[in-house]
Amino acid sequence: MKTYIPHKFEVNINDKCIKCLVCVKQCSFSALSFDEDDATIYPDNNKCVACHRCTTLCPTKSINIVKNPIVYHPNEYWKANVIEDIYKQAETGGILLSGTGNDKDYPVYFDRILLDASQVTNPSIDPLREPMELRTYLGKKSDRLQFKENKKSTTTIKTKSEPQVKLETPIMFAAMSLGAISYNAHQALARTAEEHGTLYNTGEGGLHKSLYKYGKNTIVQVASGRYGVHHEYLNAGSVVEIKIGQGAKPGIGGHLPGEKINAEISQTRMIPEGTDALSPAPHHDIYSIEDLAQLVYAIKEATFYKKLVSVKIAAVHNVAAIASGIARAGADIVTIDGFRGGTGAAPTVIRDNVGIPIEMAIAAVDDRLRKESIRNNVSLVASGGIRNSVDVVKAIALGADAVYIGTSALISIGCTMCQKCYTGKCAWGIATTNPQLAKRLNPEIAYKRLSNLLRAWSLEIKEILGAMGLNAIESLKSNRLRLRGVGLSAEELKILGIKQAGG
Amino acid sequence: MLKPPYAEKDISGCAVVGIMNISGNNFGSEKIVNAIKCMRDRSNGLGGGFAAYGIYPEHKDLYAFHMMYLDTNRRYDAEDFLKKKFNIAASERIPTAKVNSISESPVLWRYFLSVENKPPLMSEEDFVVQTVIYINANIDGAFVASSGKNMGVFKGVGYPEDIARFYKLQDYEAYIWLSHGRFPTNTVGWWGGAHPFNILDWSVVHNGELSSYGTNARYLEMYGYKCELMTDTEVVAYTMDLLMRRHKLPLNLVAKVIAAPLWKEIDNLEPKERRILTRLRQTYSSLLLNGPFSFIIANQDQMIGITDRIRLRPLIYASNKDMFYISTEEAAIRTIESDLKNIKIPRGGEPVVAQLLTSDIRHQTSSSREGATN
Amino acid sequence: MKKKLKAYKIKANGLHFKELNNLIKKAVNDGHNSLNIVGVIGQRYIGTGLNKKIKINIKGTAGADLGAFMDGPNIVLKGNAQDAVGNTMNSGSITVHGSASDVCGIAARSGRIFIKGNVGYRAGIHMKEYQDFKPTLIIGGEAYDFLGEYMAGGILAVLNLNSKEQYLPSTYIGTGMHGGVIYIRGNVHQSQLGQEVSSLKLDSKDEELLYPRLKEFANTFKLDFDKIIKERFIKLLPLSHRPYGRLYAY
Repeated sequence: MKTYIPHKFEVNINDKCIKCLVCVKQCSFSALSFDEDDATIYPDNNKCVACHRCTTLCPTKSINIVKNPIVYHPNEYWKANVIEDIYKQAETGGILLSGTGNDKDYPVYFDRILLDASQVTNPSIDPLREPMELRTYLGKKSDRLQFKENKKSTTTIKTKSEPQVKLETPIMFAAMSLGAISYNAHQALARTAEEHGTLYNTGEGGLHKSLYKYGKNTIVQVASGRYGVHHEYLNAGSVVEIKIGQGAKPGIGGHLPGEKINAEISQTRMIPEGTDALSPAPHHDIYSIEDLAQLVYAIKEATFYKKLVSVKIAAVHNVAAIASGIARAGADIVTIDGFRGGTGAAPTVIRDNVGIPIEMAIAAVDDRLRKESIRNNVSLVASGGIRNSVDVVKAIALGADAVYIGTSALISIGCTMCQKCYTGKCAWGIATTNPQLAKRLNPEIAYKRLSNLLRAWSLEIKEILGAMGLNAIESLKSNRLRLRGVGLSAEELKILGIKQAGG
Repeated sequence: MLKPPYAEKDISGCAVVGIMNISGNNFGSEKIVNAIKCMRDRSNGLGGGFAAYGIYPEHKDLYAFHMMYLDTNRRYDAEDFLKKKFNIAASERIPTAKVNSISESPVLWRYFLSVENKPPLMSEEDFVVQTVIYINANIDGAFVASSGKNMGVFKGVGYPEDIARFYKLQDYEAYIWLSHGRFPTNTVGWWGGAHPFNILDWSVVHNGELSSYGTNARYLEMYGYKCELMTDTEVVAYTMDLLMRRHKLPLNLVAKVIAAPLWKEIDNLEPKERRILTRLRQTYSSLLLNGPFSFIIANQDQMIGITDRIRLRPLIYASNKDMFYISTEEAAIRTIESDLKNIKIPRGGEPVVAQLLTSDIRHQTSSSREGATN
Repeated sequence: MKKKLKAYKIKANGLHFKELNNLIKKAVNDGHNSLNIVGVIGQRYIGTGLNKKIKINIKGTAGADLGAFMDGPNIVLKGNAQDAVGNTMNSGSITVHGSASDVCGIAARSGRIFIKGNVGYRAGIHMKEYQDFKPTLIIGGEAYDFLGEYMAGGILAVLNLNSKEQYLPSTYIGTGMHGGVIYIRGNVHQSQLGQEVSSLKLDSKDEELLYPRLKEFANTFKLDFDKIIKERFIKLLPLSHRPYGRLYAY
C-alpha cells in the first residue's frame, strides 16, 4: 500500500563525497544506495531515521541530515504526528510501537528544582582535596543496633544482620536484557559495573555464561516470562530483581519478536530459536500483594536468604501505597521506574500516556515509607529518565538511595535516540541481535565510554556535594531542605516536599 | 517571642563552653559567666543561655520543667494540660532581675513534677519526651525550656552574661554548667531558640550548622521526634536521646555514628572492628551529622564534647584535679584557670568525656595532641 | 559425605515454612538423600533451593510453590497441593496423590509433574522447552480455564478420568500458546479453545511422545494404562510460533 506519510528527514550529500561507500554499508535502514551506472549515492529519505551512523563515519563529513521542511495546513490540534500516526495505522492495522522513553512535552520536574550551596554559615567543601564519600549500601537496615558485652569485654552486635550490597557510586545500570541489547553492550555494562563498584542488571533475558564472572556486580532479573531463570542464575548475582512493571509501559508485558531470538539469545533465555519470547503482563503467580510476598520468599528460599530481593514497579498513580505493600512483602529494595523510562519496544499510546514522573513518585514513596516508619526496611531506587549527575543528586535528595540509568548509558555508547530499537536494525550495534550489526559495537570502546560516563558523573556529584557542604552521599538522602522549586504550583511543591525558591 | 519567627531552618554561629566538677561538688556561676563573656565577639546578643546540673537537690527525683509563656493566660492553659499528665509537687515563678538590655521577656515559671497518667507500656522517660514535644508543637504560647531532674535551662534573647544577670544565676550552684552565646543570622531572636536546647536530662550547646539537617530530621521523625524548632541543636539532642537512652549505644559508638569514620578508614580496620563499624554506619547513615559542628552535651553523669569528623569547628578541652573544661576557645578556659598545663585539641569526631564519680578522667581521645599552652 | 540409607524424618507440625525448609536444607547438607516429611500443613516452598537428586516424601497439605525453582529432587506428596506447583522448575519430579490448585506447573522448563486429581485455573501456563529440557505435566482429573495459556513448550496432558462428561469444564484452552503440545482425553468444542491453537488427531509420533509418559503416570497411581488410552485423545498445537506477528505497525 502506498504510504501517505511524508519522509521525516532529508539526507543531503555534497560534492566532498569520495564515494567510499562507508555510508551505504553502514546504513542498516537501507536509506542509502549506490548506483554503479552513474557512480552516485542516492538516499531514500523515507527510510532515514536520523541515527547519524553515516554522518559520524563519513570520512569527508559530506553527509548532512535535515528535517523535511514540508508543512501541513497549520493546525494546533491535528498536528503532523497525529495525522501521521493515523496514516500508519490505516496502512498497517497494527498497534503503534516506539523505542526509548516518553518523548512528549510533559513538565520535567528535575528542571524545576534547584540545588542549594553553602555560603558563610557552613563551609562548602573542596572535593578534590577533602574526603568525599559516595558509598551507599542497599538492603534492609535495622531500626536499631543492639550490642552485647562479652566476657573479655569485647563488643559484639546482637542485632541480626541483613545482607547488604555495596555501591561505590549510587548509579547502577538499569535492566536491559541480552536480546533487547547486544552481547557487546551487556559485556561493557558488566565490566563497567565491576570497575566502578556498582551493579548492572540482566533484565529478563537470562545471563550469558561468559558473564557469570561479574556476579558480584550483577542484578539478575526475574520477570513474568521467567526466561533463563534457574537455580544457578538466581544465585549468580548480588540482587534478584522481580520485575513487576516498567516506566515506559506500566501494566504491559514484553514481547521479543522471534527474529531476534538467534542462537545466542536462545541459549540465555532457554527457548528455541525463532520463537517469540512473550513476557505476560502480570506474573501469573502474582495476582495480589500477598502473592508478591510469596514470590519474594520463594526467591529468598532459593537463594538461601543471601541475596537482596528488589521489586521493580512502574511509577503509577498510587505508587506510594504499592511501595508500602512491597516493603511489607519482604522486599529489600523497591525500585520505582518513572514515566520517562526507556524501552526497546512499547505500544506508543502506553509509552506516551501512562504513569507519573519519577520525581513525584520518589517524593511520595519516601514520604509514605517514613510516615509508616518502614523506610529502614527497604532501599529505594529511582529509575526512568535520569539524564545527568544533577538528576541523580535531585533524586537522592528527594528520597532515593540510588538510581538506575539505562538510556543515558546507551547514549554514552552511541545511541542517538532514533527510537527504532524495536526494529532490531540498530545501526550502532546496541539494540540489535543481528551479528553483523552487533559487532559494530566495540566492547572495549563501549566499556571505556561507559566507564568515563560513570567517572564524570561521580566527580560531578562530589562537586555538588562539596558545594552543599556535605562529604557523604548519605547526608543527602531525603535532604529536601537542600532543594528549591521554581515555577511550580503550591500543590506540586507540597508533593515534592520542597520549598519555593526564595522561601 | 517563644517560637520560630520564620518557617525556615534556623542558622547561627556561636560560642560554647562547659565546666564540670567530676566529683559532683557544686560551684557558683561566676566561672561559666566569665568564660562565655570572654567569647562575646562570637555572639551578637540575639541569644544566650545556661544549663546547670545539681541546682535542685531538694527536688532531685522530680522532673523540673522550666516553662516560658507568652502571657499568664497561656500559663493557665499549659498548667491545665500538665495537671492531666503529672502531679505538680511544687511550682513557682522563676526569679529574675531587671536588666536594661533585656526587654520583652516571657512569663517564666518552673514546676517539679512526677508522672501521673502515662500509658502502661510507655517508659516514664518516653512519656516525658512525648509530652514536651507535644507542648512545644501544639500549645500556643507555651514552651518547655528544660525538663530534666535536678537541672534547669536558663536562656533568652540577649548576650549570655546579661541573661545570667537576668536569671540571677549568682544565686545557683551546680556541678555542671554549660553556656552558649549565639550569633543567629536572623534579625529576630526568639527565646525558645536560644541554647542550651534540652530534652529530659540532655542539654546541648552547639556551634556550627548541620548541612545534613534534612536527612537527620527526617530520620528522627520516624522515631516519633518532631523537629519543630528547625534548629540543629534540637536535632543533636534528639539524636543523642535516641542513640544513648533509647538504643543504649555506648558513647564511643555514638560518636562513630554522628561523626562516622570515613569508609576508607573503616575498610582498613581489623575484621572484627570493621564489621561493627560497617554495620553501625550502614544502620545509622542518616544520623551522620554532616557539615561543621562542635557541641557540648551533658546529662547528670557526664559532659561530652565532640566536633564533626573533619573538624570544621573548633573545640578545646582541659582538666585540673576534678575540674573539667570544654570550650570553643582556649581563652575562655584560661579566663578561669590561667595556668592550666594540659589544654588539648581533640581530633575530629572523637568525643571528649568528663564522667562523674570517677577518679581518673576518661577522655577517649588517645590521639589528641597538645594545644597551644604557653 | 557418607550416604545415609534410611529416610530422614521431619515433623512439620507447627513449623513456619522457613523453619521447615531450614531443616530440609540442613538434612540434605548432612548427606540425607531421602526425607519423610509428615504433618505438613500449608508450608510453602518445599523443595525450593535444592538442586540434588534426593527423594522427598510429604504427608499433609502442601503450601504454595511446592518445588519452586527446583532443580533435581523427586517429591511425592500424599495429599493436596496449593498454587504454583513446580513454579519455574528446572528438573526433578513432583507427584501429587491428590489435587492441586491454580497455576500448576507455571513456567516449568523441565522435569515432570503428575497430579492424580484435578487442577484449578491456568495449569501449565507458560511452560517452555529448550534443547533437552522438556517439561511434562499430566493431570488425571479435570482442569479449569486457561489451561496451557502462553504455553511455549513441553507436554501437557489432561486425562479427565473421574468425570462422565466427555468435554473438559474449561474455556480459553491454549490461549496464547506458541509452543509445545496439549493432549486432552475426550474432546473439546472449538469454542473452548483460544484463538491461537487448533485441535488435531493424534498420529504415531504423538503415541511415541505420550504413551511412555502415560504408562509412567498409570504405574505411579496404579491405574490401568490400557483403559486410559481406550478413550480417544485430541491434541492441541499452536498455529504459529509467532502468535502476535501482525499485531504491530512497524
